[in-house]
Amino acid sequence: MEFAELIKTPRADNVMLHRPFHPAVEGTLCLTGHHLIFSSRRQDNAEELWLLHSNIDSIEKRFVGSLGTIIIKCKDLRIIQLDIPGMEECLNIASSIEALSTLDSVTLMYPFFYRPMFEVLEDGWSSFLLEQEFELLSSVTNEWRLSCVNKEFSVCPSYPPVVIVPKCVDDEALRKVALFRHGGRFPVLSYYHKKNGMAMMRSSQPLTGTNGRRCKEDEKLINATLRSGRRGFVIDTRPLNVAQQARAKGGGFEQEVHYPQWRRIHKYIERFNILQESFIKLVEACNDQSHNMDRWLSKLEASNWLTHIKELLTAACLAAQCIDREGASVLVHGSEGTDSTLQVTSLAQIILDPRCRTIRGFEALVVREWLQAGHPFQQRCAQSAYSNSKQKWEAPVFLLFLECVWQIHRQFPCSFEFNEQFLIMLFEHAYASQFGTFLGNNENERAKLKLPQKTMSLWSWVNRPEELSRFQNPLYEANSLVIWPSVAPQSLQLWEGVFLRWNRPSRFLEEAEEERINIIKYNKELQAKVNALRRQLAEMEADEETQEEP
Amino acid sequence: VENVRLLDRFSSRRAVVGTLYLTATHVIFVENGSETRKETWVLHSQISSIEKQATTATGCPLLIRCKNFQVIQLVIPQERDCHDIYISLIRLARPVKYEELYCFSFNPKLDKEEREQGWKLVDLNEEYNRMGVPNNYWQISDVNRDYGVCDSYPTEVYVPKSATAHIIVGSSKFRSRRRFPALSYYCKGNNASICRSSQPLSGFSARCLEDEQMLQAIRKANPGSDFIYVVDTRPKLNAMANRAAGKGYENEDNYSNIKFQFIGIENIHVMRNSLQKMLEVCELKSPSMSDFLWGLENSGWLKHIKAIMDAGIFIAKAVAEEGVSVLVHCSDGWDRTAQVCSVASLLLDPYYRTMKGFMVLIEKDWVSFGHKFNHRYGNLDGDPKEISPVIDQFIECVWQLMEQFPCAFEFNERFLIHIQHHIYSCQFGNFLCNSQKERRELKIKERTYSLWAHLWKNRADYLNPLYRSDQSQTQGTLHPQIAPCNFLYKFWSGMYNRFEKGLHPRQSVTDYLMAVKEETQQLEEELEVLQERLANLQKSQSGDNKVKSKQQDRSNQIGLYTSSNSLANTPQEYSNDLKSFPSRSPSQGDEEDSALILTQDNLKSSDPDLSANSDQESGVEDLSCRSPSGGGCLPSEDSGKDSDEAVFLAG
Repeated sequence: MEFAELIKTPRADNVMLHRPFHPAVEGTLCLTGHHLIFSSRRQDNAEELWLLHSNIDSIEKRFVGSLGTIIIKCKDLRIIQLDIPGMEECLNIASSIEALSTLDSVTLMYPFFYRPMFEVLEDGWSSFLLEQEFELLSSVTNEWRLSCVNKEFSVCPSYPPVVIVPKCVDDEALRKVALFRHGGRFPVLSYYHKKNGMAMMRSSQPLTGTNGRRCKEDEKLINATLRSGRRGFVIDTRPLNVAQQARAKGGGFEQEVHYPQWRRIHKYIERFNILQESFIKLVEACNDQSHNMDRWLSKLEASNWLTHIKELLTAACLAAQCIDREGASVLVHGSEGTDSTLQVTSLAQIILDPRCRTIRGFEALVVREWLQAGHPFQQRCAQSAYSNSKQKWEAPVFLLFLECVWQIHRQFPCSFEFNEQFLIMLFEHAYASQFGTFLGNNENERAKLKLPQKTMSLWSWVNRPEELSRFQNPLYEANSLVIWPSVAPQSLQLWEGVFLRWNRPSRFLEEAEEERINIIKYNKELQAKVNALRRQLAEMEADEETQEEP
Repeated sequence: VENVRLLDRFSSRRAVVGTLYLTATHVIFVENGSETRKETWVLHSQISSIEKQATTATGCPLLIRCKNFQVIQLVIPQERDCHDIYISLIRLARPVKYEELYCFSFNPKLDKEEREQGWKLVDLNEEYNRMGVPNNYWQISDVNRDYGVCDSYPTEVYVPKSATAHIIVGSSKFRSRRRFPALSYYCKGNNASICRSSQPLSGFSARCLEDEQMLQAIRKANPGSDFIYVVDTRPKLNAMANRAAGKGYENEDNYSNIKFQFIGIENIHVMRNSLQKMLEVCELKSPSMSDFLWGLENSGWLKHIKAIMDAGIFIAKAVAEEGVSVLVHCSDGWDRTAQVCSVASLLLDPYYRTMKGFMVLIEKDWVSFGHKFNHRYGNLDGDPKEISPVIDQFIECVWQLMEQFPCAFEFNERFLIHIQHHIYSCQFGNFLCNSQKERRELKIKERTYSLWAHLWKNRADYLNPLYRSDQSQTQGTLHPQIAPCNFLYKFWSGMYNRFEKGLHPRQSVTDYLMAVKEETQQLEEELEVLQERLANLQKSQSGDNKVKSKQQDRSNQIGLYTSSNSLANTPQEYSNDLKSFPSRSPSQGDEEDSALILTQDNLKSSDPDLSANSDQESGVEDLSCRSPSGGGCLPSEDSGKDSDEAVFLAG
C-alpha cells in the first residue's frame, strides 16, 4: 500500500493552529505518510510542530462557511485545533489523518520507516538481556537456573525464550506446570531480595477447575522458594469471589489443602474496561473548563482513578512488606498474569530495590517485567482516552504503573535517578513512537516481526548522554533503603504532569526545575574547584617542605 | 499523672506510656522508659476542644484537639484523674483575661532594647511611603487620632486628598461600625488603588452625600480612570438580606461612576463549619479515596479558598490591567475584606512575596485594620460563634499560589505554618486583642515580644531556595488561572495533617536544596580562603608561611547533609488480612533502616513543632517558663524504636 493514495491534499496554506496557552499561529500544514507537520511562515520565529499520525487518538471536524476546523486529540492527551480554509481541503485532510492514524498493519507503522539521525552507541535491543540479569543473581545465590524450555515459544507463547526458575525443577516439570497454568504462564522468578534471600515469583492462575485439579510439579516449583519451616504468601489480584467464579471456566486459585505452606491474600486490582472508562472520565474532567470547584472535585472522585492508584500501591506495598518485613517468599498472580500481576511485581521492586530507582535499572525493570513478561502493549495502548472505539482489550495498565512510580517519586524526591519527564516520555512512547520497543504484544510477536532487525530501540536513543541529561533528577542521592510510601488519600495527588500537562501554563514550573538544576550544578562546580585547589595547595606545601628540609 | 498512654491515631498498637504534666502554660507528655524520653508539648492556648470519652477497661480516654490541627489521644488509668485533668484543661484552655495568656509570661531572654527593636521591624508608615503615599492624591488623616471616629481602625489612615474631615466623618456615619473607606494598597505605576470599608447603611433607600463624595474622591485620586469598582465580597443574597436591617450595598444610581460587583464569599459561620467538616475527613481512620475526595468536596473548603482567590484575582486584574481603583467591603469589612485585599496585594506587588513584605502585609491588612484576632481565634473564652478560620484561609491561599508559582515567594511553607501556629499560640503579642486600640491600652509592645522579630532572626529556616529576585515570577503581577483544571487547588496536608508526618513526602526538596545552598556558601568561603592561601604561597615560595586551615573539619561538615534526606520509614498498614507470623525475628535487618533516621527539618530553633516534640536535655523543672522555640531536638514522629516495629494489624 502506498501512503500517497491516502493523501489527497498533502499541503494546505494559511492554516491557523490553536493550542491552549499559546497564541494562535498561522502557517502551512503538510501531511506525510507518518506525520502531520505544521510550520509557521514567520521568518523571525519559525515554529514547527511534528505530530505522529499514530499519536492521534481521535479527530473531529466542524465547518463555519467554507472555513473548516479540525480538532485533533492525541494519545498523549494534547488537543490542538487547526482552521483550514477550503471545505474540500479540510475534508481531504481530515479523512487522510483518520486513515493514517488507524493503520491496521503493524509493519506499516512508523518504526519500520524511521531512520535515526543519531549515531547508535549501544544497541538497545541487546541492552537488557535476561542472561545478564541471571549473572548478577548467580553472584549471590545458586538456587536458581536459567531455563530455555520456552526457546521456540512453544511452552508459553507470551513468555520470553529464557526464564529464571528454581534449580531443583527441571524442564520436563516446567512443561507440566505450564499445562496447569493459564496461558502456560508457569511461575518464574520476578525478583530476588538479596537482603534476606526471599523471592517474588509471578505466574497466571492455576487451572484447578471445579473439581480441584492439582499439579504436584506446580506445588514443588513454588515450594522450592521457601525456607524449611517457613510459609509464603500468594497474592491474588482478584477478589475471592471472582477467583472462585473463575473455577467454573477452568481457572481457579491455590487451595489450602494442596498448598499448606502458602497463605493466600486477595487484593483486588481493577482491570480492563473499568480502567479505560476511569481514564476517559478523568481526562474529561481535566478538560472541563468550567470554573466550578465542586464539579471538578466530584468529577475527579467519580473517575475513580485515584482509587485505582491507591489500591495498586497498597497491593505493591503489601507484596514488598511480605518479602522485606515478614521474610517470606511471594507468588503474585491474577487471571492471565499479564496486567495487574506485573503492576504489583514491578512496583514492589521499586519499593524494595534501589537499583530499580536508577535510570538504567528502571529501564531494565520495564524490559524484564513488562516487555519480556508479555504485557500486551499493542492491545492495551492501541487507543487512549479520546477514542470512541472502546475495545475491551484497551486499558491504561502501564500508565497506572507509571503514575504509581510518580506517586512514590513525589514522596521520595531524592531517591530516584530519573525525573518526572522520564516517566512521561515512557508514557508517550508506549502509545506512539518512532521506536519499535513497544510494538507487539510479547517477545514471540516481536521476534516474528523482526523488530530488533527492522526497527530502532527506544533505549538506543534514551541512553545517549545528550538525551539522558534531560531525564536526570538533579536531587538524586543513592538511597539503599527500602522506601515505604504512604498510601493515605492525603498523600496521593493527581499526576498533573500528564493530566494537566496541556492545560496549565508550564513556564513557572519549568523555571523552578531550572533553578533546582542550577543550584545543584553550581554546588558541584564549586566542589570541584575547591577540591582542585586543595590538591594544588597540598602539593605546593609538600614541595615547600621538601625544599625546607635540606 | 503517671502511666498515661499516648495513642497513635493510625494504629492502636503503637501507644506509648508516659507521664502527663500540667503546667501554667503547657500540657506536657513525657515518655517513660526509652532513653530518648520523648516529650510532647502542647500550649494551652492551642487547645481547641477536649473530649472525655467513655471509660474502658484500660482507662479513661481523653481526646485533645488543637487549633494547629494536632490531635492527641490520651488514656488515663484513673477516672478521677482524668476528670481532674479535664476540668483543669477546660479552665486553662479558656482564659478570661489577656494577662493569663502565654505571651505575658514568655521570656525569650531579650533585653528591653532588643524587644523595642523587634517591634520596630515592621513599620507601616514606612510601608505607605514605599507604596508612594502621601503624594498629590493621597494624604494621611488624623481624623481617627483618638479612635474618635472608628475604634477598630488604626489612628493613622490614608485617604484621598480631596476627602475632608467632614466628608470622612459623614461617610463613617453611613458605614457599619463607622469603618469608612480607607487606603489599603496604592499602585505607584498607574495611581490605581485598593480601598476598604464596611457595608453602607443604605437599607432600602437611604443615601449619604458625604459617602458619595468619599467614593468620588477615591475615583478622582486616580485621574486615569473615570469609574471605580465597588466589590461586595458577600453573596448577593446575604447582602440583600442586610438591607432589611438598614445595612446593605451601594446603589449604583446614587453614586456617580461606580461599577458594582458581588463576589460570593461565604460568611464566617459557613467557613467554620466547612473547616470542621474537612477536619473530620482528615481524622478518618483509614478513608478510601472516595471517602476522602467526597468528604473534601462536601466540606466545600476548596471551593471557599477558590472564591477568595478569585476575588483577589479580579481586583488585581482591575488595578494592574484596567488601571481602575477598587473599593472592597463585606459586612463589617474586617474578615473577607482583609482576605481579599491581602490576596490582591500579594498578586500585585512582589514586595509582599518577600519575607519582610509578607509580615508587613499581615500587619497592614489584618492587624492594623482591626481584624478581630481574639474573637476569631478564641484566644480568650468567648462566643464560639465568633470563631472562624479567616486568616487560615488567607494563609492557605498563599500556599496554593506557592504551589503554582514555586519561585515567586521568598519564604517557604514552613514560614506559613509557623505564622499560623503563632496566631493561635499567643506566645507573641502581635495578634492579641481585636483592634489597635485594645492593644495600645494593654501596652502590648512594652509587655510582650513581637513574632516578626523572632521569625526574622531565624529567617534562614524560612527561605525558599528557589527564590531569586531576578526571575520572572518574582517581578510584577502574578496571573493565576481561574478554572480548577488549570489551577489545581490541592488539599494542604502539610497544614491540616501537619502532625501526621507519615502522610508527607519523606524527603523534602526544600530542605535538601537549603542544605545544598548552605554548603555552597561554605564552599564559596573556602574557595576564597584557598585562593588567598595559594596566592600567598606563590608569593613567598621560600617563606615559612604554613597556616593550618580548618579545611579538614570543613570537609567533614560538608558530607553531613547527604544523609539527611534518606529518611527511613515504616510501612503502613497495607492489609487487614495479613497476620504476623510468629516466626518473625524482631531484630531482623532493620538496623539499617533505623540507623539513618534523621528528619525533614534541619532547623534547630524557632520551630513550633518542638512544642509537640521532645527536647532530650530539658529537665522538667523549668518547663513552665521555657519557650518551645528554645529547644534543640528535632521533631521526628517516625523515629527510633517505632521503625523496627513492622505494622501488621491482626485482622
